[in-house]
Amino acid sequence: MADATTAEGQPRVGLFVTCLVDMMRPSVGFAAVKLLEDAGCRVEVPAAQTCCGQPAYNSGDRADTRALAAQTIAAFEGFDYVVAPSGSCAAMLRKHYPALFDGDAAMKTKAEDLAARTYELVSFLTDVRGVTSVDSRFAGKATYHDSCSGLREMGVQAQPRQLLASVPGVEMTEMVENDVCCGFGGTFCVKYADISNKIVTAKTDHILATGADTLLAGDLGCLMNMAGKLQRRGSKMQVRHVAEVLADMTDQPAIGESADERARRKA
Amino acid sequence: MQSTSHAFKDNARAALANQTLQKALTNVKSGFIGKRAKARDRLPEFDDLRDAARDIKNHTLANLDVYLERYEEKVTASGGHVHWAPTAEDAVKAVLDICKRVDARVVTKGKSMISEEIALNQAMEEAGLDVVETDLGEYIIQLRKEPPSHIIAPAVHLTKEQVEADFRHHHTELPPERQLSEPVQLVAEARQMLRRRFLEADVGITGANFLVAETGTSIIVTNEGNGDLTQTLPRVHIVVASLEKVVPTLEDATTILRVLARSATGQEFSSYTTFSTGPRRAEDLDGPEEYHVILLDNGRSNMLGSEFQDMLRCIRCGACMNHCPVYHAVGGHAYGWVYPGPMGAVLTPNLIGVDEAGHLPNASTFCGRCEAVCPMRIPLPKMMRHWREREFERHLSPPTVRFGLALWAFFARRPKLYHAVTGLQARLLGYFGRAGGRFDALPFARGWTKHRDFPAPEGRSFQQLWAERQRDEKRASRR
Repeated sequence: MADATTAEGQPRVGLFVTCLVDMMRPSVGFAAVKLLEDAGCRVEVPAAQTCCGQPAYNSGDRADTRALAAQTIAAFEGFDYVVAPSGSCAAMLRKHYPALFDGDAAMKTKAEDLAARTYELVSFLTDVRGVTSVDSRFAGKATYHDSCSGLREMGVQAQPRQLLASVPGVEMTEMVENDVCCGFGGTFCVKYADISNKIVTAKTDHILATGADTLLAGDLGCLMNMAGKLQRRGSKMQVRHVAEVLADMTDQPAIGESADERARRKA
Repeated sequence: MQSTSHAFKDNARAALANQTLQKALTNVKSGFIGKRAKARDRLPEFDDLRDAARDIKNHTLANLDVYLERYEEKVTASGGHVHWAPTAEDAVKAVLDICKRVDARVVTKGKSMISEEIALNQAMEEAGLDVVETDLGEYIIQLRKEPPSHIIAPAVHLTKEQVEADFRHHHTELPPERQLSEPVQLVAEARQMLRRRFLEADVGITGANFLVAETGTSIIVTNEGNGDLTQTLPRVHIVVASLEKVVPTLEDATTILRVLARSATGQEFSSYTTFSTGPRRAEDLDGPEEYHVILLDNGRSNMLGSEFQDMLRCIRCGACMNHCPVYHAVGGHAYGWVYPGPMGAVLTPNLIGVDEAGHLPNASTFCGRCEAVCPMRIPLPKMMRHWREREFERHLSPPTVRFGLALWAFFARRPKLYHAVTGLQARLLGYFGRAGGRFDALPFARGWTKHRDFPAPEGRSFQQLWAERQRDEKRASRR
């Protein structure tokens, strides 16, 4: 792909922002941009992207899924890499798009081409760009939740821990069952709210038992679910996307944190 | 068995509120997960064996007719009989006919999920037979008149205190002052009660873990030895098995056996692996006079060639439900029919229809842990998604969900409009949520805010901020 890279030999990376980061927490997107730029990439953000299509895909709506996949494929044509700050959305592009176009050889080829170029942010930094440490500092005792798609479909497990270990001030403590689902599951958490609640209650039990003051993960959906439950339970734990800590961009309030709580934490 | 799968949500709610059940369910996590992981770690070739096991079943399913006919030939040659049962009713009738012909009164049974699927006990009892489940878990739930809640641990939904109470209630001939609080005492008492029944039985019914085409052998794996007593002591042995249990050779069966117990209980091998080939021969010391195999289809042949064919590889180890967060939360009875957990979520709609069991493939977070541990590498989440697609195509999904999805998709397919709308939403929610950081109630997200707070967005969308940054950079470079 050398011919597609820029004159300075920088790979062109298309950032797949993800719909949740776009609307809920743009700071995660900017953290991703910084990490990618620090790793020597030229980052662009195609405006023609919206959502990877998982809400439709997991609701059985094939037609809309295919339309959104085609839209994403077109938006990211020509990039050396496509990187998402989410294991779940990256897995959708990488593991699920090609099969959507069985029976449409031309589109399938394009989908496979996109799939081969798509990565989850943190594993892209370590596995593709060879990043072994980041320029950041963060004072806190942190625990990390392995989001399901990132872990089981994209093989993200050691990479975030490896980079977190390079951040001065971060003390890591592992929760019990860190590889067990948090109960989010996209629309599952509202369609089967009571079951989801049971699962996220167990998850937050394990999180609280660590005594950590910070919860990190690589997927905003899971983070919103766990943050919302921790806050409903009265916990003041900081919940952040791992990219925020790795990019040294933690000035903004944590997920769901009020202005008061932030001020008190800073004081 | 009468299904309550359509009432999954109500079943789940009741299960979540049942404190005794919730206490019992902690045994699923503590009893299975660590043991399986250890067994896997001790066997370096475990994942290679999973591939081999998958390939064996795929080959068999691609040539199922050939192997079933070969199997029948071998059973017949060894003096046994194969009864083809297209439906549950056919299977039940075949069993009842045999029992009637041999004038049976007492029937002992080894654990068989097929027997649950065809509601065999009920039919036999209605025909006046004295039916005795001999697997400890099955014996307990028979006393309680309950269906199993797990495919290998049928009474896993019960605490030992509940079992003690059941035994005291039913075993009134035993001294009331006896000690019965420890599992070992419960096992000893069940053994004592069952011993007499084994000797009384006229017919013994077992399931099968494998049917071997090259030899006409049925194989069962058990840990209590009750299966052996069930199938060797009575005059007649009836095997009830579904047709996908067939494998070509003994070698193939042993390959799959190497992943079965490890995936199920974390044992390298079950305590008993019993091979039955035909009735007692002249030189045999014991064994039944008659050997019958009821081969059940009950909808399975329709799965061949469909997107659900891979499900027929299932060897009923239970690993998927042992690792399922939804199963851990609600237990097996909530699923409302014979097969719970992820394998049930795929299989049940195939067997009793998606109209009845439509909730099951939807009640999954798609966390993928089931597929990750399945010894047969069955893509369970993918097949649950296939069911959701069928439901969506047939407009079985709730109208509110369909409407919300259609509205969202309308915008998501129009990036410019989408960014305008999400930008506005981010501003609006961000404005109202800025001070508090989160919402404890939102009118359009009650399912969420019933149990957890909803974080406020930061206030601008990434796309808006990015566009501004690009403009600023351009302006700066022009100067």
